[in-house]
Amino acid sequence: MSDLGIRESSLTGGLGQSPLRPDGIAKSEGAYEFSSDLSADNMLIGKTLRSPHQHARIVSIDTAPALAITGVHRIITADDVPGKPTYGLISSDQPVFAADVVRYIGEPIAAVVADDEDICARAIEAIEVVYEVLPALADARLAKDPNTPSIHPDGNVIREQNVVTGDLSVVGDVIVEDHYSIGMQDQAFLGLESALAIPDEDRAGVECHVATQWLHEDLGQVAACLDLPTSAVRLVLGGVGGAFGGREDLSLQVHVCLLALATGRPVKMHYSRSESFLGHVHRHPAEIWMRHHATSEGILVKIEAEFVFDGGAYASTSSAVLVNAVTHAQGPYRCENAEVKGIAVRTNNLPCGAMRGFGVVQACFAHERQMDLLAQACGLDPLEIRRRNAMSTGDRLITGQVVESVAPVSEIIEGLSRMPFPEGAGAVEQHPYEMPGGAGNTTRPGDVVRGIGYGLSIKNLMYSEAFDDYSTARCQLRDGIVTLKFATAEVGQGFITIAPQIARSTLGLEEVELDAIDTNVGSAGSTSASRQTWMSGGAVEAACLRVRELVYQHVATTQGTDPLVYAIDGAELVNTSTGDRRPMTEVVVGLEFDEEVEYRHRPTVPLDENGQGDCHTAFAFVGHRAVVDVDIELGLVRVVEMSTVQDVGRALNPLSVTGQIEGGIAQGLGLALMEEIIQRDGRIMNPSFTDYLIPTIADMPPVVAELIEIPDPQAPMGAKGVGEPPTISSTPAVISAVQDAMNTAYGSAPHLRRVPLQPSDVAKTVNAGLGD
Amino acid sequence: MCVPVAHPQSIEQLTALLRDEPKTVLLAGGTDLMVALNHGSQRIGPDELVVSLKEVPELSIIEVDHVQRLLRIGAGVNWDELLGAPVDTLAPCLTQAARTVGSHQIRTAGTIGGNIATASPAGDGVCALVALGAVAVLTSPEGQRRVAVEDVATGPKRSVLANDEFIESIEMPIVDGWQGYSKIGTRNAMVISVAGVAVVLSADSNSCRIALGSVGPTVMLADNASTFAGDSIDWTNKEISADSLERISELVRQVASPIDDHRSTATYRSHSVGVLARRLIERGLQEMRNSI
Repeated sequence: MSDLGIRESSLTGGLGQSPLRPDGIAKSEGAYEFSSDLSADNMLIGKTLRSPHQHARIVSIDTAPALAITGVHRIITADDVPGKPTYGLISSDQPVFAADVVRYIGEPIAAVVADDEDICARAIEAIEVVYEVLPALADARLAKDPNTPSIHPDGNVIREQNVVTGDLSVVGDVIVEDHYSIGMQDQAFLGLESALAIPDEDRAGVECHVATQWLHEDLGQVAACLDLPTSAVRLVLGGVGGAFGGREDLSLQVHVCLLALATGRPVKMHYSRSESFLGHVHRHPAEIWMRHHATSEGILVKIEAEFVFDGGAYASTSSAVLVNAVTHAQGPYRCENAEVKGIAVRTNNLPCGAMRGFGVVQACFAHERQMDLLAQACGLDPLEIRRRNAMSTGDRLITGQVVESVAPVSEIIEGLSRMPFPEGAGAVEQHPYEMPGGAGNTTRPGDVVRGIGYGLSIKNLMYSEAFDDYSTARCQLRDGIVTLKFATAEVGQGFITIAPQIARSTLGLEEVELDAIDTNVGSAGSTSASRQTWMSGGAVEAACLRVRELVYQHVATTQGTDPLVYAIDGAELVNTSTGDRRPMTEVVVGLEFDEEVEYRHRPTVPLDENGQGDCHTAFAFVGHRAVVDVDIELGLVRVVEMSTVQDVGRALNPLSVTGQIEGGIAQGLGLALMEEIIQRDGRIMNPSFTDYLIPTIADMPPVVAELIEIPDPQAPMGAKGVGEPPTISSTPAVISAVQDAMNTAYGSAPHLRRVPLQPSDVAKTVNAGLGD
Repeated sequence: MCVPVAHPQSIEQLTALLRDEPKTVLLAGGTDLMVALNHGSQRIGPDELVVSLKEVPELSIIEVDHVQRLLRIGAGVNWDELLGAPVDTLAPCLTQAARTVGSHQIRTAGTIGGNIATASPAGDGVCALVALGAVAVLTSPEGQRRVAVEDVATGPKRSVLANDEFIESIEMPIVDGWQGYSKIGTRNAMVISVAGVAVVLSADSNSCRIALGSVGPTVMLADNASTFAGDSIDWTNKEISADSLERISELVRQVASPIDDHRSTATYRSHSVGVLARRLIERGLQEMRNSI
């Protein structure tokens, strides 16, 4: 990294390179310690009793029969929560333990601590709870009805937010509309919820090792429930096996700390896969209506939309998810007139909250299906309709906000249009395993039709709506070694790889160590919203820059020069006026500096009642092309290839970016074709990986990725977040490709309107008996 | 959880254990039992003894009887072993079914005997065996009996197996002709069958057997469809009319009595077994024509 144009002296592991993850080998070898692997001497095991009812009044809880079991130490209920009885990310509406009413199947009622897992299981069964079952509110559309009785003191409407702008009397020459729905997706992280709590000897405080996305947010909520000062609670990041939004809300944190404090012994809690489905929030199921108005040339003139998000029993981040959906309803397309209505409601279903894409996934599925309809109605190619409407930097969104981020939407479309196509179906000899149906041996080349589909999206980065969003990092220089300290949750995204790269390039020193990730430093904010490279990366860079400045000042003082003449080039300090160079390792001998910085992004504002305001911080853009083979008669799909062009600002670690792109596409493909938590009367019908299907290697095609690297002037180091975009428009691209195959084979086939796709949605093209 | 596990070393010891122990739970590959235990849907009671079948050598045989034209497979043979010789050439539809089961790890654990004993209508191996006309050899302290594989299960998770009885082996005819297995799942691998069909076309007896999985309480033989197919195929030229194929699909759909559940719908299941039966017969006849 040389901004001097002198020469590049080699620096290993700097920005733009792809050093290996520090935890990569251990994870590959199975040696990495995930939070579920934690243990301590004298440790007890905790387990949660959960509601079997969607909605019921708790008449009584009798723990005596369970306490009588040998090996059971304590049982705690709502009565044992010393501090705040509720918690929540935005509004504190969720009980630590249900006290009087349960509002979803799986809601915690009590927790047992015992010598081992088996005793816990028996104790859980022995607790006698008497319920008075109440009518359940399971339908989000009913929840919006003001006549429906409230299931929570805060009411059934979590938030309503409209976005209204421009001239609503405008009517397009061409109008397309339809209803869309999105099923409930699970984050399906592999590392199940787990935590180990170790009480202080005097039981005045507790240390909790936990797999989470945001240590300090947990800390605040946990301390309040425990009625302890935050200084008495220390949170340490346990090894996190994926998060995807599912670890933003508290799950077992308060329970395990309470049990540890109650017994004075270390307590571990860890969920099974089936309990995990109950223990974290999911992607919101959504019902969406959209109507697009365009000129006969396909130029958008007005967008109308209505969103209903089922938030489940508690608010979690539903209000922010809703805002993301309504403010992204236009997609990456210019449009001056819009009337978008959105509501997030409370039901007796599983609570929903953050998941990769955060409301934009739902909006994007609907607007991209609409853009395909519009292309059809205008007689245009799907890329052409998108090209004609592509947003660019400086355009005004329907919220009135001007897009100041680099918005290379046209470049993305051009990139996609240039990508070569894979060999046509049947062109190369395919093993039946490579056909739709895969290992099931259902399909032969004659049964297959190829389809091609596109999806584009815009995604906000960082937190919105006036949230005080910041991250803290500390840089220490001593003995020629740089030590970085931050509380940034490493959940698999690779910040622990990027942070040392930033330090190396900023300071020209290769030896960088990472201190423990815990609450002994200021907050880093959440590992979500594609924000950590920007935010914690920005904080690390800023802390390192301060240390660098101190090094320059020191050298300038000793050399009698102006500190401004110095620069770092690779691993060397350069005096830019003389051209003299010295290795940084020599320069810093004997120097000790320690700098801590809080980095903040630009301020944002809340939306007004018409959804107007500069509520978002920055935006990233992406496009996807899916090529699929479809066995239409059986409704089976094989994704042959996914291509993507992604606006990344600058790829600080190209391998990590590729990892995010491939993983995100897998998650988007999963939502398109298979991933859904199926609830019947609030009960999960598929709470295991036997039936909650996520893509396997046989489902995941090769990914061809092209990066657009136009450094964003507002982003530290020019780098935009890359985590969420790959998930967002890959879903509609796959569905669009399946639709294309259906249309190719049968002229006009039924419009696909729901994800995940069911085989019968496709097969009904040939067998009408399979229709809705 | 810690429970005692018995490790009988022979059929004799196994039979004696089943005679003497009042309550036993048989453990072969553990791909059903361990899942049920971990999920909490089954528990080992204090009076129950887990009996591992792993170390009973007679259960892992694969024998070919060329005189009787019989293939005999021990109940403890795992899926992975069914992928190779001699099963892949003598009972290829069983190999195809084995290939659809789980992942490599599951296939090296799960056994063909376990697949029958579990009595799931989605049993992939069971569907292939039923089409092959296989017989299960059941052994107990009282002796041995032979039961057609389609008659072992009496409903989901229910079977004719007595408490002291185990599956020792499965015998199937070596059929000259063509056979195939297809299964539908909502992803391309590692998936429980939404619908499965096995077809065996016998050039020895000019007959056809069609078995259906996941479309009723047990894997079933589609009798009428099988008979109609056997009668309507032109065995000399290995051909069949499009009308007859459509009729076979219809007969298959008629016998199917699937349910709606979280994996699929009844209507899609009926539709898909009809399509798969038609495709398999077409595929089989074409391959037989090509090999003349």
